[in-house]
This record gives sequence, C-alpha cells and structure tokens, in this order.
Amino acid sequence: MTFSLTREQHLELYYYMKLNRALEEQLVRLFRQNKVVGGLYSSLGQEATSVGTAYALEPQDWIAPMIRNVGALLVKGYKPRDILTQYMARYTSPTLGKDGTSHFGDLKVRHVVSPISMLGDLIPVMTGVAMAGRYLGQKIVAMTWIGDGGTSTGAFHEGMNFAAVQKAPFVCVIENNQWAYSTPVGRQVPLRDLADRARAYGIPGFIVDGNDVVAVYQTTKEAVERCRAGDGPVIIEAKTMRMRGHAQHDPAEYVPKEMFEYWKARDPLDQYEKFLTESKLWDTKSRAKIDARIERELKDDLEYAENSPFPPPELAEQGVYCDGCHTLEPQWQRPVEELRPPKSSAQALWQVESFGGTEDTVAPAKPAAATVSGDGARRPAAARKAKPAKPPVRSKVRR
Amino acid sequence: MAAVTYLEAIRQALFEEMERDPAVVLLGEDVGVYGGAFKVSVGLLERFGWERVIDTPISETAIVGAAVGMGYLGLRPVAEMQFIDFIACCFNQITNFVAKSHYRWGAPVPLVLRGPSGGGVHGGPFHSANPEMYFVHTPGLKVVYPATAYDAKGLLKSAIRDNSPVLFFEHKFLYRRIKEELPAEEYTVPLGKAVVRREGRDLTIVSYAAMMHTSMEAADLLAKEGIEAEVIDLRTLLPLDRETLLASVKKTNKLLVVHEDTRTGGIAGEIAALVCEGAFEDLDGPVMRVTSLDTPVPYSPPLEERFLPNVSSVANAARELAKY
Repeated sequence: MTFSLTREQHLELYYYMKLNRALEEQLVRLFRQNKVVGGLYSSLGQEATSVGTAYALEPQDWIAPMIRNVGALLVKGYKPRDILTQYMARYTSPTLGKDGTSHFGDLKVRHVVSPISMLGDLIPVMTGVAMAGRYLGQKIVAMTWIGDGGTSTGAFHEGMNFAAVQKAPFVCVIENNQWAYSTPVGRQVPLRDLADRARAYGIPGFIVDGNDVVAVYQTTKEAVERCRAGDGPVIIEAKTMRMRGHAQHDPAEYVPKEMFEYWKARDPLDQYEKFLTESKLWDTKSRAKIDARIERELKDDLEYAENSPFPPPELAEQGVYCDGCHTLEPQWQRPVEELRPPKSSAQALWQVESFGGTEDTVAPAKPAAATVSGDGARRPAAARKAKPAKPPVRSKVRR
Repeated sequence: MAAVTYLEAIRQALFEEMERDPAVVLLGEDVGVYGGAFKVSVGLLERFGWERVIDTPISETAIVGAAVGMGYLGLRPVAEMQFIDFIACCFNQITNFVAKSHYRWGAPVPLVLRGPSGGGVHGGPFHSANPEMYFVHTPGLKVVYPATAYDAKGLLKSAIRDNSPVLFFEHKFLYRRIKEELPAEEYTVPLGKAVVRREGRDLTIVSYAAMMHTSMEAADLLAKEGIEAEVIDLRTLLPLDRETLLASVKKTNKLLVVHEDTRTGGIAGEIAALVCEGAFEDLDGPVMRVTSLDTPVPYSPPLEERFLPNVSSVANAARELAKY
C-alpha cells in the first residue's frame, strides 16, 4: 500500500525534522551554559523515526512519546518553548516545573500521554487508551515508542500480549537505535530483527529504515490504517542509530567509531534534503523560507524560556490529588444505551475455538448462544463466521 | 430487608455504580464468566456485557496500566487483583505511573484497584498479605480498608466516583463472616473519615479492617472489668483522619493501635508520631501497639494463630495501658 504525500506535506516533514534537530542543538548550548536542569537526552540521528511515525496519525489519535521523541511532540503541536521550558525547569513549562524533559502531556487537546522513566510502562497504558477509545466509539489509534532495550521489560510483554488478545488499535514502534545506554542490542535481545517479537503475539511486525522519513511514514500509515479498520495492534521496528551517548554526560566511547561513520553516512536529515532536491520538491528559495521560519521560532521561544520564572516554592505542596480540579467527561461517540442493561446484557459463556489438542483442531459442533472474540466484543453466534486459524504474519522487510 | 454480607455489599456497590454510569468498567483475572475468584463480580458480565466486564490475561502490570489509559479517556475503571498479594507484581505501575500522574502533569487517574486481603483463612505467605503500608507511603494514592458491610459498599462507591486513584483493600476473612442490613436508599461513605465505633473514657483503641472486630470484642471484655475503651475504625488509611484521632486521645489520654499488618513500618508508628506531635501533653501513658509478627504470614493454623493479634492480646495490652 502506498500513501502519497503532497509537496506541502513533504516540506512539512522537513520542517519538523529540521526543527527537531535545531531545537536539540539549542538545548546542547543551553546545557553547556548550565541552563538545563539535570540530564539532556539527544535524538540526533533518530529524527526521521519520531517525525515520520507521528505524521501518520490524525489529530484525534493518541501518542505517548519517549525521551527521544521530541519530533513526535512537535508534530502533535507542541512548540519549542514547551520543550525548552521543560528542560530549564521553569514555571511556564507544561508541568510547571514539576517534571522535566519530555515528561509532559495533554489529555484534552493534543492527546499526549506523559511518559515515565521506567521503560515499558507505556505499552499497557496505551493499550488501555486504545481500548477506551474503542469502547467510547471513537475511531482512534494509540501509538507509543520503545527502544531496543525497553523491549526486554516485563511491562512490554504484558502490554503487547494484552493489546493482541484485545485486538486493540495500538501501534508500538520499536525504535532500534542499537544501544541501550552502553549495552549493544545483541546483548539485550537475541534476535536480528526486533520486529520478530510480534510473532509471539500473533500480530504483524513491520521493519522499516528508520532514517528514511518517507518510508517510516508509509509503513506507519499502513499500520495505523490496519488498526483503524479493527485488525488489531502492529509492531513496527525502525532501524536507526543513537548518534550521541545515552545523555549529554556520556561520550559514548563504547560505540565503535566505524559504526558512527556508517550511520553518519545515512543521516536522516541529509538523506531527506538530498531526496527533496533530487525530486525537485523544493528550491533554494522555499528551503530558505523554512529555515528562516525555524530560526525565528527558535529565537523567540528561547527568549521566552530564558525570561520565564522558576516556579514558586509553595507549588511543591500542591496537586498530589485531583480534588475537584478536573471534571472527567468521556467523549461518547456511540449511543450510551448500548452499554446499559438490558442492551448490554450477555450470556456469560465462553465459546472456545478449538479444544487445543495436538491433532487437527476440533471445534465444538454447535456454537453457544454468544461467543467471545479476542476483542472482547459481544456478538451473536450467527454473525460469526468460522475462520481458519491464520498463521502469524511474518515480518515484512521494507528498506 | 435481608442482611447482606461484606462481600455482597461490595458486589452491590459495583452493580449500582455500573448501572449508574457507563464509564465504569471492571477488569481483572477471571472477573467475568467465572465471577471472580471469590465471586465478588458474579452476575456483572451477564448484566453489563463483554465490553464492560473484561477477563484479562495473568498480567497485573497490564491490568493496572490499561486501567490508567482508560482513565485518561474519562472512564472509571475498577481493576481487581485476584489476591491483593499480587499487587507486588504491578508495584512500579502503581507507585511510579499512577501515583505521580496528577502531581507531575495534571492528569487524574480515576482508578480503583481492589482485591481480597488479609489473613486468618490459612492462605499462607502469598494469599494473606496486608500490603497497605507500601502504598500509604506513596503520595498520590488513597488507601481504603473497610471493616463493615455498610462501609464497604459506601466507601467503594465513593472510591469509584473519586478522581484520584484509590486502593481498596477488602478483608477476605470478613467476606462471608459478617452481615448487616443496608439502607434501601442510595448512600456513600466519604473517604478520609474515621469513625468512632464505641465510645469510652479510659483509653482509645485505633484499628481497621478485621482487627476492628477483634478490638470491639476486646472492648466488650474490658467493659466487664470496668475499663471503658473507645474504639476508632480508621476506614481510610491515606489520607489519615488526624482530627478524629487527636480528639479521641485528648479525651481518653491513652492510645493503643491494633493492626493485622506486620509491626515494623505498620501504621501504628505513623499514628504514634502524629499523636506525639498533636497531643503529647494529653498522653498519660506510652502509645502502645498490638500487631502481627514481623514475619511472612505462615500457613499452618497454629502458626498463623501465633502470627495474628487476637482478642486476648488486645485486651492484655489495654489492661497494661489502663494502669498508667
């Protein structure tokens, strides 16, 4: 399946990738000036993965970015000032200074769930987001990212497994940047392709060149469309490279020099600029216009961040509980009556699809009054067609 | 009206809240077709259907994580731990994701996590725990542990309607052992409020859950000896009802804390500290405590009996304290 992009969209992809990189270069300067509070994490070399995946979503969709997904936050509508003030721990930041880095979100408008530092936890959380969206009748897709190292966690497995049995509209992007802090991927996972993890959940696992923004977009779009059609979750492995240490303090001396050189030659931004030129999607003038816009926006937002106050100390005592400060209003996009008795009432009986022996599958002769499919949806038995068991889809290689 | 058990009261709360609000969903291991390991959720699937009563894989982290995600879209999920001991499997998700969410980035987590807790039924080291204090030490959570059928129903309803995450401990010893008549009309019991179960002038016994009943029995025994104990049922452990505790200690001048949780790091220590801070001048004796032993919960009946506090250990401590 190919999803075409307009010229404007191609240029927008460039804008986000370039802004992502320029913003992080600005953050490095701030770090050296001691204006960043705590650690600074770089996504240098991974911009195409962040931007291309997030760009395949619709505004109503939900994301939970990880630490190296600044690009995805920009696509979702956050501004450089949001990221700058977060790293500088200012009162004007989205968390008012209570947390830093990319640890922020927005439930109401942008549909962004804040990550936490413990890897893997977002997988079950976004599974729940996807399930709730389906329950409310919204046609949303939930997406999160995880590193190669993060796929070693128990939370990753529990979350993916639950998403798969529930057929939740959930896309998990494994951002294989080859390194989990100082540990190479081969010491994290005994697999050549992390997309093969999908086979354990009976779901598709796509592989994409994470440094090719258009390929990332195309692959993600296909995964997102599958989800929206109700076909269940997808794992995408984006093969890319972390071009800096784990954080700014880490010179990454454990990475072979040749490996950096290999990936430097495949820099996502350089490649994309070349593609835009060769495809005649831009000229010097249109490029200069975007670059000037980025420069202007960064300058304004830097000034804003630097002039922002730190939070008042008494804020530390506030907000432990939600005591009436929020009203929770689920956005129903289906008749609520379907979920109230007697319409919701069902017969509590499992109908098993096979008896589980080693010989050819034996199915029950007569279906019970109601059957339960993997997505937990209630359906009358008559509407259910006997489908042959599908073998798990093998990883598709896209390069 | 027929009297209902503690277990039935919990089921009624779930039933009525699901009836009232389609945003309330239930998820957990074997909660649907089977109706839960203790049959707390019997009949809910039949009435509310597969989308609202969700049988999950054996994945405590995924249960809590998914409930968090559902809460972010405005649902009010009730997640069940089949036994509360298994809450240790999702400790990270609760303490790091759930508890800090609203404080960090203003995202409320309207989650209720409930499950059968406590000992006295010979469940052994992995089916008898009282892990409430791990969570009382975690800012951002509310911790509830009812002692009566009335409270179990009213507190669970409040917990479901609360925008903050509530850990709701159900004492499995009480599930089918206590019964009371409940009001026919709708009611709730507020979170964060203790209650005086028995008035007295000589000393205050503070307790909760199954030990509240042990404390009441001990108070009856003491009354026959002329010692009038006031018994307070905490009901909510976090946030703690400081006012009710201090008012009682100021009246009786003596405090005994009784809990089934193990001794070191149990809530008795916290209560002793807050009474020293708020009513030191009023104390006529040391703050005393009767608790379980600092061991895992043992399996064999004579061992578990030795492990748990009982009426005579509570009464003995109270007699000791009354001498001051």
